[in-house]
Amino acid sequence: MESLTLSDVEQKYYSELFLFCDVDNTKKVASNGKVLDLFRAAQLSNEVVHQITELCGATRLGHFGRSQFYIALKLIALAQSGLPLRVESLNSVRDLPLPRFVMGKNEQEMRHVVMFADTENQGPYLPRPPGRVQAKKVSAHEMIQPCVPTVDPQPDTTSPVVSPNQSPPTSPHAWRKHKRQASGGNVDRQPSVPGVVWPPFREAQPGPVTGDGMWSAHSPPPVQESWVSFTDTPPSCTLPMHPPSAQPESTTVRTVPSAMTTNEIQRQTSGYDDPWKITDEQRQYYINQFKTIQADLTGLIPGSAAKEFFTKSKLPILELSHIWELSDFDKDGALTLDEFCAAFHLVVARKNGYDLPEKLPESLMPKLIDLDDSAGVPEPDPEVGFSASPVEVTPNKSPSMPSLNQNWPELNQSNEQWETFSERSSSSQTLTQFDSNIAPADPDTAIVHPVPIRMTPSKIHMQEMELKRTGSDHTHPTSPLMAKPPELSEETKLAAAIKFPGTTVGDGYSSSDSFTSDQEPISSAVNRQRSHSGTSPEGLKVVAPPPPPPRPNASHSRSSSLDMNRNFAAVPAGPQQPGVVAFPPAVPPRPLPTQTSVPHGHRSVEGDGLPAITSTSPQQMPEQPNFADFSQFQVFAVDQPADDGEKPSDSGQVERCAETTGTMRTAKNDVQAEERNATTVNSAKVSTPLAPPPKPVRRRLKSEDELRPDVEDLPQKSTVIATVLATQPSIPRSIGKDKKAIQASIRRNKETNTVLARLNSELQQQLKDLLEERISLEVQLEQLRPFSHL
Amino acid sequence: FLICVAIRANYPLYIRSVPTQGELKFHYTVHTSLDVVEEKISGVGKALADQRELYLGLLYPTEDYKVYGYVTNSKVKFVIVVDSSNTSLRDNEIRSMFRKLHNSFTDVMCNPFYNPGDPIQSKAFDSIVSTMMVQAC
Repeated sequence: MESLTLSDVEQKYYSELFLFCDVDNTKKVASNGKVLDLFRAAQLSNEVVHQITELCGATRLGHFGRSQFYIALKLIALAQSGLPLRVESLNSVRDLPLPRFVMGKNEQEMRHVVMFADTENQGPYLPRPPGRVQAKKVSAHEMIQPCVPTVDPQPDTTSPVVSPNQSPPTSPHAWRKHKRQASGGNVDRQPSVPGVVWPPFREAQPGPVTGDGMWSAHSPPPVQESWVSFTDTPPSCTLPMHPPSAQPESTTVRTVPSAMTTNEIQRQTSGYDDPWKITDEQRQYYINQFKTIQADLTGLIPGSAAKEFFTKSKLPILELSHIWELSDFDKDGALTLDEFCAAFHLVVARKNGYDLPEKLPESLMPKLIDLDDSAGVPEPDPEVGFSASPVEVTPNKSPSMPSLNQNWPELNQSNEQWETFSERSSSSQTLTQFDSNIAPADPDTAIVHPVPIRMTPSKIHMQEMELKRTGSDHTHPTSPLMAKPPELSEETKLAAAIKFPGTTVGDGYSSSDSFTSDQEPISSAVNRQRSHSGTSPEGLKVVAPPPPPPRPNASHSRSSSLDMNRNFAAVPAGPQQPGVVAFPPAVPPRPLPTQTSVPHGHRSVEGDGLPAITSTSPQQMPEQPNFADFSQFQVFAVDQPADDGEKPSDSGQVERCAETTGTMRTAKNDVQAEERNATTVNSAKVSTPLAPPPKPVRRRLKSEDELRPDVEDLPQKSTVIATVLATQPSIPRSIGKDKKAIQASIRRNKETNTVLARLNSELQQQLKDLLEERISLEVQLEQLRPFSHL
Repeated sequence: FLICVAIRANYPLYIRSVPTQGELKFHYTVHTSLDVVEEKISGVGKALADQRELYLGLLYPTEDYKVYGYVTNSKVKFVIVVDSSNTSLRDNEIRSMFRKLHNSFTDVMCNPFYNPGDPIQSKAFDSIVSTMMVQAC
């Protein structure tokens, strides 16, 4: 309508504003809504606004074309300067200050604040010559505050006010005015508020110099507020003025023409992470929103519902799609509470002008492990990629996992989650490693040497294990790591013991394994144990060591083992038997059956055996802990219920030991009763810490009953050997993880092999002898028969 | 040279090629390969999802390139065109590439904001394809 001549500055400024209002990117028409908001932000009375609109011809045209818009702006400037609105004055007035807008755009706010802060400013809206405007590349459409440039042009660091953290470039979509409230209440500001808002800003100004922290604290709530207006967009929230700490930042006015609808916020992202943190208020709000869609907080929001919900935010579908990709962590097409909060937060941020990150910020990552759950039962998969720290371990849905794993360490929530994470990982590892660990358990059962068993079911122990593992070498057989919490059930301990024989090194896993995989291994281990122990001393020999009674305390066990040594040493005793019995758990039994089976003739064999045995004993010396068990079993077998005070140990072990000792006893009973007793006494001493009182007694009785009938050891031996051999095949499965553990297990296996080989040879010898005896007896019988016939 | 295409109902949802020149030729190649794919999947008794198919038959005397195809259960076809000049990718690699493509595509599909039939604009999908192509070339 009226030709309009604009100065360059004005031209630039106006075009910026126009672009800003041009939500639809038509380049021709500024959306009415935006324009009206803008005008209102100019703090002019509605009447004036109407007048202006009319004057510029927009009412006539029905929309704001570019020229109308410019005219309107000019008129606003006129109005703001107090000049009467006249069309004629459009071109006549020179040096008209640029129109000022109180826009709620965050930036603007900040600019305001900045301006305020700037002492040099005479007034907030001094429209200083825009020459000050600095072309900084920041979403510029907010250059609503031309006055901002008044602020000493300083190198633009961040967006004007915003403390480095969030400089939410005013999002073209949202005029948000967050009333600066310390309380951050959720109040919807009405468009009319702007005027009201202003003063508070002013006030806030001096006060709030709380700095960034405040900023971040405030922005979320305000964001939240604006969020409230999500669906209906009363765009009247202004971000809280950024506390002047915003420093006289530079001139926020960025007259970058590129300003545009897409905020390319290139603010520095120094505090980038902060903006993504969800405050409690926000979270609570999100949770409430979640509830409106899905009542169950632990449930999932299906994709379609989420789509509807987020579509209300009026973000472009592409961005929503991107947000979805970021937030749907497990890629299941549904949102959990955490995912939903993350998505919500991203949407809110986006509406406030933040760019969407390329990948999900750490603070928004859904907690893989539900911190509420006790570390106890780590969930199998779900979130997990976690446990997939071995990453590829878990199957498909693990694209998120690797990334998660990467980010995990950086996670803020670290500690708690970290622990859970480790548990998780351990648990998963336990899951995966369980089998492998079980395998070693078997060899251990066969192995004479006491295998250090780690039983660290709990997290604490696990950590200990980790530490120890890293620090220890696999050489020390008695893993002090048998730090099993005393409260563990005996069965558990037994199982654990069974599981981890000898896995000193890789035990981080094993511990966790024991922890999670209690049931199965325990039972299986127990069964195995029983099978072994149920038989003969040989069986005992082989079996006993395996599940060394769960040493409640590593140190303790060690000490106990030492004690045992001492005890045993103290009983060097005449009968080698005790010594034999004591030291090499496996070995001693052997001579016994030998002795019993061939009581009369074969002491020589025994003698041979014993030296052999004793020779092996040194080898087995290191495995003290097993000794303890062994002796303990013997003790029990010998009716030493007095072992009450002992540490609760694997009842199973005790059983086994009891049984085996029982067998041994029966084997020996003929001859070395007293010796045995002596031995058992010694072992009793030793085993004190170990046996649970009632069980051993029971076992003992049972074993005794079982064993009484078995006088002949040979068959038992053979069965034992058979069982041992049977278990052998399972032995080869070794922990693949730790080389040292493998080597250790190899060593153990070799030892077992040698022992078994020796055993075999001796048994063969015995067999031969027995056969000879039998033949001789038969001959005698034959000879006698004729006589009997008489 | 490598080009990856995701095709649904005979129009591409996504085309990406590493060397951007001569892309048109690749487009043509892909289009012609569609026929072959159709032919294969219409084969009776075949497993629904052919994990892969090797189009060595399309080697031209002058320009040698191989076209690989892959069909999902929902009849979405993936086509990879590789130039034979670069070290021939092994069959396994191609298979893994298809698997990755399929996984990424599934993820894109899971997005409720994605309407099947729209061109794929997912950044995640893009990044995966990029890494794959960089790896292959």
